[in-house]
Amino acid sequence: MIAILHFFLALFVSPLLFGIINKIKALFAGRKGPPILQLYYTLFKLWQKSRVYSKTTTSIFQFAPFVSLTCVICATLIVPFAGQKALLSFSGDLILFIYLLAFSRFSIILSALDTGSSFEGMGASREVSFSIFTEITLLLSFTVCAIKAQTLSLSGIYTYFSLQMLHPTLLLIGLALIIVLLTESCRIPIDDPNTHLELTMIHEVMVLDHSSTELGIIFYTAYLKLWLFISLVTGLFLPTLSFFLKEFYSLGAIVLLTSIIGIIESVMARFRFIKIFDFILTGLALAFFAFVLQVVGIL
Amino acid sequence: MNNFSYFLMIVIMLINFILIASNNLRNCIKIVAFQGALNGLLSLFFPGENLTLTTIIISTITFLLKGLFFPMFLFYALKKVAIGKEIKHLIGYKTSLLISLLALVLSFFLAYHLFAPSQISFFIITASVFTTFIGLFIIISRVKAIMQVLGYLVLENGIALFSFAFLIHQPLLVEIGILLDVFVAVFVMGITIFYINKEFDHINTHKLSQLKD
Repeated sequence: MIAILHFFLALFVSPLLFGIINKIKALFAGRKGPPILQLYYTLFKLWQKSRVYSKTTTSIFQFAPFVSLTCVICATLIVPFAGQKALLSFSGDLILFIYLLAFSRFSIILSALDTGSSFEGMGASREVSFSIFTEITLLLSFTVCAIKAQTLSLSGIYTYFSLQMLHPTLLLIGLALIIVLLTESCRIPIDDPNTHLELTMIHEVMVLDHSSTELGIIFYTAYLKLWLFISLVTGLFLPTLSFFLKEFYSLGAIVLLTSIIGIIESVMARFRFIKIFDFILTGLALAFFAFVLQVVGIL
Repeated sequence: MNNFSYFLMIVIMLINFILIASNNLRNCIKIVAFQGALNGLLSLFFPGENLTLTTIIISTITFLLKGLFFPMFLFYALKKVAIGKEIKHLIGYKTSLLISLLALVLSFFLAYHLFAPSQISFFIITASVFTTFIGLFIIISRVKAIMQVLGYLVLENGIALFSFAFLIHQPLLVEIGILLDVFVAVFVMGITIFYINKEFDHINTHKLSQLKD
């Protein structure tokens, strides 16, 4: 029952996180900023618009956003929240999670290539080259957690961990996951979501030709993905509390991490393109360090 | 207490990664100083269980020397030679990171042959060998002579860790002697850097092999 509530919470509240990030960025810049619910209005506006398709595109271009959204919603089904079991959990679902995200990314990349624009092809190529490293990092981090918790399901892992057994390994994985989070959700040290300058765009460039509902769906997928990754990071640091306190703590932790992302975006500039790989590789190194510590079995 | 020393050693190992990743000379000096200070702190937990006066004296001296004096002296030398804060690498960031990961695995492998993984010494040996590797790697892969001094200090930190692993209870005189050696070495290297800079107007080691009148 509670798992169903968590699932709908993720579906409905996820655009709010971007609203919080935008609000914090505005506050740092001394502006009033858009209302926190702005992204719901944007989604609603996009929903009402009529669609425009380029003549060069095929049906792949029209399917892709829906496939991508479906994959991420399926991933939402298996990600636990607040130390409770997820709606679906079975042994090996952490591998399914990684592949669902990969498939969602793959469909967007296909649609970007389908437009035949060299510009979007460049974005697709960048997206793929980043994801090579983030996927390994994610897999290594999950492996460490899986060894520690002796289970192969995400629900099992996240019900096992609590803040009382705070290990250095867990901190390393937390850091690595935050780097993955920033990369996967295209936030500032990696990619500036506001930029529309040709050379700096990575993610935005792939969706230039999409319009109306489909663009809205792509936005919504990004919101949901951010929610998933934030709950994966915060779920690692959950204290043992009573049921309701845990729920409040998780929500608070999610808002806190979102605010931290907002602050990072306000005080940092985007990395030079070559430096991004260094940043992502740092995450990989942290995850690998944790992995070696765990495999040797000292902690 | 046992957990805390594990934590300290992980921080010492992470510092090695940061050192490999860092591009800023001033930051590097601070990071190495922090590592040295942690080393001093760690020596309080070894050897043995009970704190003796000797351990406290050695720990304090290490802490002050590595955590305070060396960075101050190196900053002073840096001001004297007036060079930029950018570090030049002979080996790039990504390759350095991969090499350090390999070094990590290798040091675990070496430690595995010395101790059982359940012993705390196993982890100290790993940290020690890893730190020593990184020290050597910094010496060969960085261009500016001041990084060689830092590499030497990291190397020394690694060797100091090594002695904790065997729970060697060295006499005060020996420990003080080792610290004096390091002190003199850093002092001499600092002065040498100053004179290299005065003679050649740079402290790039790979240019030193060029012939000059």
